[in-house]
Amino acid sequence: MSAHLSYGRVNLNILREAARKDLREFLDKCAGSKAIVWDEYLTGPFGLIAQYSLLKEHEVEKMFTLKGGRLPTADVKNIIFFVRPKLELMDIIAENVISADKMHSPRDFHILFVPRRSMLCEQRLKEQGVLGSFINIDEYILDLIPYDSDLLSMESEGAFRECYLESDQTSLYHTAKGLMTLQALYGTIPQIFGKGECARHVANMMLRMKREFAGSQTQILPVFDSLLLLDRNIDLLTPLATQLTYEGLIDEVYGITNGYVKLPPEKFAAQKKQGEAGKDLPTEPKKMQLNSAEELYAEIRDKNFNGVGAALSKKAKIISAAFEERHNAKTVGEIKQFVSQLPHMQAARSSLANHTSIAELIKDITTSEAFFDNLTVEQEFMTGVDTDKVGDTRSYLHYIKLGHNIDSSCVFAHVIPQVNAYIEDCIAQRDPLIKILRLVSMQSVCNNGLKQKVFDYYRREILQTYGYEHMLTLNNLEKTGLLKPQTSTRNNYPTIRKTLKLWMEDANEQNPNDISYVYSGYAPLSIRLAQVLARPGWRSIEEVLKMLPGPHFEERQQLPAGLHKKRQQGENRTTLVFFLGGVTYAEIAALRFLSQMEDGGTEYIIATTKLINGTSWIKSLMDRPEAQTL
Amino acid sequence: MAFITANWNPLGDAFYRQIELYDMGWSLRDGLKDCMVAAAPYGGPIVLLEWQSQRPSPSARPQLEIYSSSGVSMASFPWKSGPVRQLGWTVCDDLLAIQEDGTVLIYDLFGTFKRHFSMGNEVVQNQVLEAKVFHSPYGTGVAIVTGASRFTLAMNIDDLKLRRLPEVPGLQGAPSCWAVLTQDRQTKVLLANGADLYILDNTSCTPVTPPGLSPQACSIINMAVSFSYKYLALFTDSGHLWMGSTNLKDKLSEVETKVRSAPKQMVWSRRPKSQQPSVVLMWDRLLLVAGVCKETIQYTLDEECVCVAELDGVRIVGASRHEMLQEVPSACEDIFKIASMAPGALLLEAHKEYEKCSQKADEYLREIKEQSVLGEAVKQCVEAAGYEHEPETQKTLLRAASFGKCFLSNFPPEPFVSMCRDLRVLNSVRDYSVGIPLTHTQYKQMTVQVLIDRLVYRKLYPLAIEICRYLKTPEYQGVSRVLKHWACCKVQQKEEPDESIARAVSVKLGEAAGISYSEIAARAYECGRTELAIKLLEFEPRSGEQVPLLLKMKRSQLGLSKAIESGDTDLVYTVVTYLKNEMNRGDFFMTLRNQPVALSLYRQFCKHQEQETLKDLFNQDDDHHELGNFYVRASYKESKLEARLSLLQSAVDEYNKAKNEFAAKATEEEMKLLRFQRRLDEEKGEALLGLSLHDTLHALLSANYHKQAEQLYRDFRVPDKRYWWLKLTALAEKEDWDELEKFAKSKKSPIGYLPFVEVCVKRHNKYEAKKYVSKVTPEQKVKAHLAIGDLEGAAEAAIERRSEGEISTVLARCSPTTDRALLERLNRARSTAAKK
Repeated sequence: MSAHLSYGRVNLNILREAARKDLREFLDKCAGSKAIVWDEYLTGPFGLIAQYSLLKEHEVEKMFTLKGGRLPTADVKNIIFFVRPKLELMDIIAENVISADKMHSPRDFHILFVPRRSMLCEQRLKEQGVLGSFINIDEYILDLIPYDSDLLSMESEGAFRECYLESDQTSLYHTAKGLMTLQALYGTIPQIFGKGECARHVANMMLRMKREFAGSQTQILPVFDSLLLLDRNIDLLTPLATQLTYEGLIDEVYGITNGYVKLPPEKFAAQKKQGEAGKDLPTEPKKMQLNSAEELYAEIRDKNFNGVGAALSKKAKIISAAFEERHNAKTVGEIKQFVSQLPHMQAARSSLANHTSIAELIKDITTSEAFFDNLTVEQEFMTGVDTDKVGDTRSYLHYIKLGHNIDSSCVFAHVIPQVNAYIEDCIAQRDPLIKILRLVSMQSVCNNGLKQKVFDYYRREILQTYGYEHMLTLNNLEKTGLLKPQTSTRNNYPTIRKTLKLWMEDANEQNPNDISYVYSGYAPLSIRLAQVLARPGWRSIEEVLKMLPGPHFEERQQLPAGLHKKRQQGENRTTLVFFLGGVTYAEIAALRFLSQMEDGGTEYIIATTKLINGTSWIKSLMDRPEAQTL
Repeated sequence: MAFITANWNPLGDAFYRQIELYDMGWSLRDGLKDCMVAAAPYGGPIVLLEWQSQRPSPSARPQLEIYSSSGVSMASFPWKSGPVRQLGWTVCDDLLAIQEDGTVLIYDLFGTFKRHFSMGNEVVQNQVLEAKVFHSPYGTGVAIVTGASRFTLAMNIDDLKLRRLPEVPGLQGAPSCWAVLTQDRQTKVLLANGADLYILDNTSCTPVTPPGLSPQACSIINMAVSFSYKYLALFTDSGHLWMGSTNLKDKLSEVETKVRSAPKQMVWSRRPKSQQPSVVLMWDRLLLVAGVCKETIQYTLDEECVCVAELDGVRIVGASRHEMLQEVPSACEDIFKIASMAPGALLLEAHKEYEKCSQKADEYLREIKEQSVLGEAVKQCVEAAGYEHEPETQKTLLRAASFGKCFLSNFPPEPFVSMCRDLRVLNSVRDYSVGIPLTHTQYKQMTVQVLIDRLVYRKLYPLAIEICRYLKTPEYQGVSRVLKHWACCKVQQKEEPDESIARAVSVKLGEAAGISYSEIAARAYECGRTELAIKLLEFEPRSGEQVPLLLKMKRSQLGLSKAIESGDTDLVYTVVTYLKNEMNRGDFFMTLRNQPVALSLYRQFCKHQEQETLKDLFNQDDDHHELGNFYVRASYKESKLEARLSLLQSAVDEYNKAKNEFAAKATEEEMKLLRFQRRLDEEKGEALLGLSLHDTLHALLSANYHKQAEQLYRDFRVPDKRYWWLKLTALAEKEDWDELEKFAKSKKSPIGYLPFVEVCVKRHNKYEAKKYVSKVTPEQKVKAHLAIGDLEGAAEAAIERRSEGEISTVLARCSPTTDRALLERLNRARSTAAKK
């Protein structure tokens, strides 16, 4: 189940095993049969740590979802609540416990707080008069969850919103704690770099916690050479853009949650065994786990989607060639060898079939005009072109597609941002609101805000079309800096774009030579920062760093004597890049690309509060009051 | 070497030896006579209380005295509480005094009163007849039997839960003898009433018979349970000593002692891997060691003594001497037994000759090597060294081991080195001034952690630190812990001023890692030194630890800043809720105002839990914008239109105050829209209320209320483009093609005519779509033609426009069935366009 976690540069299975051990220990503390009552939000992340089989081994017989009222009946000795420390949930638990007491069932109650205990919540339980009913009140420290061999996620949906909108830094505290756990397992990280307010805050807490833990340090040779903490709000642009890698597109189109994607079943119907072929088409969505355990997926997920077709057909040839081998198998030994490889080959074949189907589904979308138009406008914003002054939106598109080398910045430098006709059309046709918000935010971010008139126009259009209640959402976007009126005429974005080479005209999608391939031209700012940090260092881009919000810094952590790593000639450095507030699959792909560069010199492990895409991200920032019907 | 075996006595195939531990340092007037004595195992302290019942004058106070195992006085004070039935020690060296009335008083090692508890109300009346203190994995327990012949148990005095055991049939007064057993995680009482033996547990009283007990006996008059609770010994009035397992299933042996009077004390003497376990019985002048082999050893006692059962023997404490009686461990026996040819013995001999520079050394060595038992010889010497009490003997053995090691190539150094270390530690704590006569076996069982704790408890801080440093114990487990205890003791020194204590503590503890200053501060606070506590808390690096104590000391403001510093939001919340209950609202808000982090967290809290407070918060800050948002949010909770409108009006007012024109205006428009919708709903019965403007227009157009739609479009200044799109979509959706055509012709379309084409195609009406193709601008012609599937038209348009891109688009749509001529034309046109 988890072997793929150990194949990376850093064996993340250690972390998973540590988490599993803690879980087992807790379960064994409650002797006898058990039922778990789940805070629904936790089931996904827990799935990455332990399957039901592990729980079953430890006498978990029933599982329920936490909800008000009376607990479902279960003939078990222990009832364990797995919850986040949220006050609302405490009230529900209290209700459960009180109604259960009435039935006089002799059951033991336990609470497991994830990721840590909360005095506030315990106080609440006390006020409700149920605190005494719990035999065990414990915490399950689950901050960073191993997601793949080079990827850790806290799976904390609200992190960006909490940090940048509500000034609630709880998730940053968890982050710092998670990094301390990581350091306990993988050694102290000698260098910490960071950019942004939250990054600074996390680094401060880490240094502070290190002092607190002084004396109980583990004597482990450091696995990570450095840590790079990046605030999401230094690069608001990247998540807004449509990801163009295979994995990124799957996420954009279908949404990947906790490593799983649900796909429309029609395409997969044919693969069923012949006996079942006659039956009706499946109506349940097909659920697939996506990670590097699947060899083919690991190969293609980070490719630009335009390169996926070729890769799949190459793979198809290899697999059919492998099956043809059977004709060459003459001796019993050869046949035996062939047979022993069969399961692997069959798995590869079904994996290929699955991904071919997915690629077809996605291709239907990427080849649509709507997708193309949307992408064009995105690219116009990112390249700094304003098309309304030039003429028709679609005509410029051809320049890009045909590779006409126009130095856009000098031709259109005088152009002021205006209401974009495409966005206007989309609103008029009542396209999904999130799409509109993504585009408008993108225009705003690329132009250091919108002119007041344009800003008001968009807002008014949105309110009139999608409803006045979105006033609050617009407010939130303004607070986080995604959507704002221009306060000065100075726009830093072109400078940043030029200095960091955020736009590469000749992005090679098939055989990339630069990270810009992940967005077919746009190189994610966040990843450029990581790249520059590795070589030649941030000193070379001081100017740009000053333009981005929040401080940038470097801290060193003293290593205990004797733990200094002696680097072999040509050995790569290992850097942990932590995105505070979320990271996209395309950015991950870009970092993986950098890891694999032959002369890169750095391998990256990626950690984040949550894997996001523009849609899920904007959604997390929306405020929809539940309206009473009038 | 003969002198080492001088005090050995054979018992069966094993030997028993006495080791002299100390010449006692105390000077007792009447020896141990007329004293109530209790000595703690593991070389713990000894307490004496002069026997009360024999004191003639009731006004005279007995004296309570606490000594170390070597007889050094640690405390002495007159006993002023009630009559004591039993004294005992807890596992952490606290003194327990069980009074007749069932009250148990707890004192520390230095005679400082700590706390007390009662063994139940029933006891007050009936009085305690007898009591026992026992140790189990759960801690220290107390068992009593009352005047009503009922037993009460407290399993763990630190987590007091009294258990009254069931009645014993036919028992009057105290049983003839009894003991507490811990078996299968259950604690039971074993008692004898005459010849009957009972096991008493939580629920029942079961009569039992030990297998093979001599029938001559009329009464069991003493019993002893081994240190491990595994073995039981019973002494009967016929002078028989029965030995067996505590589960009463097996009999080990039975010894006829020929003494019929009840022994004063009876204890097991065993050791791990015992060859010959025995029971030690003590009468007035006689000490009898009765082995399982049925042999006995007799010692004459010249003074009053007390036996203390240990893990690996029995200590015998007298007024002048303190000895250890134990079975000789096999390693020692092998080496020191006269004429032993064991490898260890030979090695010792070899080394002795070597020291004398005699060639015999080589002979001995050769002999060992020939049998290739040198490794074993070294091991034996190392092991035996651990069992020896005299440093000189230890050294001799270790030197021999070290000598033997020289001739071995890959003998692991670890056992030798750690034995040297252990012995060094043991010798230092066995020292007369410390007085903890631990054996190596006990030390290993007890662990160094516990030993350090005991030293700390005796305030032997320097020795404890020396040991930690010597053993290289990790700082936070060793030195830091000792220093913390030292500091906790230091803060209780009332005569010293706060300032100098704080300084002394910080100087001493400054560099030690992992010190919990908050624990020290808590101790200071307990002693009523709040100021000192605050000073000490300043040194605490973990803010999380500071906060609860600061709150307890009512320094909530400071607590709040510390909580914020820690970054732990839960902690901040905790302080905030605390403050909220402690302060009046005004002060509370003011406090939050100065702490933005706390304020924003509190806002979040209010957003979910206390909406009204949220409003007050915004009001206080004159945050009109957020107030506006607040009213907007609130308005949606209203189901009555009037209520919603009035809240929206409040929002407008706030937005105006915030100078947010846009928001104010948008809100006003929403109100206008709501009113319009209501009017229309009332007039026409449409369900428009709550829809967005766009959706309202769509609904109106779909329902053919064109006039009303026009009005809205004008009133709300909907941009032309959007209105055209809206109307176009609405008409196409209900397939009102005539109206659509009329609309297209009404005036020049601000969105062009391509949308008309596309909308028609979307509704699968190519016929209607064709009507608009001609109206499409030249730039979009190709697209329009393609939309209706007119490839030729598209080709014409593309060629005319000489646009390479557009020609390519058309080409891409061509299929093998496409007219060849058209294809050629397109290709030609493309190459011309490309050349340009």
